[in-house]
Amino acid sequence: MRWFWIDRFDEFVRARHATAVKNVSLAEEHMHDHFPGAALMPNSLIVEGMAQTAGLLVADAIDYNRRVVLAKVAQAEFQFDAVPGDSIRFRADILDLKPAGSLTKVTSTVGDKVQGQAELFFAHLEPGEGVPKLFEPHELLRWLDQMHIYDVGRDEAGNRLVRPEW
Amino acid sequence: MPSRDEIFEKVKSALVDALGVDEEDVSPNATMVGDLGAESIDFLDIVFRLEKAFGIKISRGELFPEDVLSSSEYVVDGKVNAKGIATLKSRMPFADLAKFEQNPSVQNFANTLTVEDMVRYVQSKLAA
Repeated sequence: MRWFWIDRFDEFVRARHATAVKNVSLAEEHMHDHFPGAALMPNSLIVEGMAQTAGLLVADAIDYNRRVVLAKVAQAEFQFDAVPGDSIRFRADILDLKPAGSLTKVTSTVGDKVQGQAELFFAHLEPGEGVPKLFEPHELLRWLDQMHIYDVGRDEAGNRLVRPEW
Repeated sequence: MPSRDEIFEKVKSALVDALGVDEEDVSPNATMVGDLGAESIDFLDIVFRLEKAFGIKISRGELFPEDVLSSSEYVVDGKVNAKGIATLKSRMPFADLAKFEQNPSVQNFANTLTVEDMVRYVQSKLAA
């Protein structure tokens, strides 16, 4: 089982910003006990959805040649709880990008209301820097396909992203 | 060029955001690692924030010399050798390394860099 906390991307502009959707459903098992009769999406998992949105944006920006690991949640604030039936939209922006790390800002909205925002800091690790291989290339590509990155993705000039041959 | 106090205020704000510490904890003599709890990844975060706050460019290893401290050329038996000290001094003219020189074990370096060193570093970058 993989840890998927976004359903698909709606917008993906290489090295700039991206928007992803997460549909919250009562069918998700973690909802059944959190809490019985009053299910809500834990904000910790919303941070994970934010991190997947921003993390894939960053990993694409550096050609997937380093392991992008969430290193810090510098700031996170939430205004209300997301509940079953809500569609959460994550908007991620890259604020700064260096070979060794990146700083991103992600906002989650439900309808037209801002549900939360966070500043996420990613470390870009090279093999041997203590993190095992995160994905086999074909598994990663399958995930990127599932996320529709090569359907909606564009580079800064507006050209479609080219699906890599892994 | 902003005054030393103006620089300090911006450095403080960057450290509060990066390290999640309270403003009153960020005194000039506070050590980055020992008092404020900065870890190696935090230095990269701090670099981003200082670059933005002051419009400067900071190269990797300039603020925190992790490459020197992990090099077998400069570190022997957990202590920075004379060549390493000389390298640190030339790379970090903004830092007061006198105390570190007395017991130059790599672990001690954590308690060497202070907030005031960060301020001096920014001053030197802005003056360059």
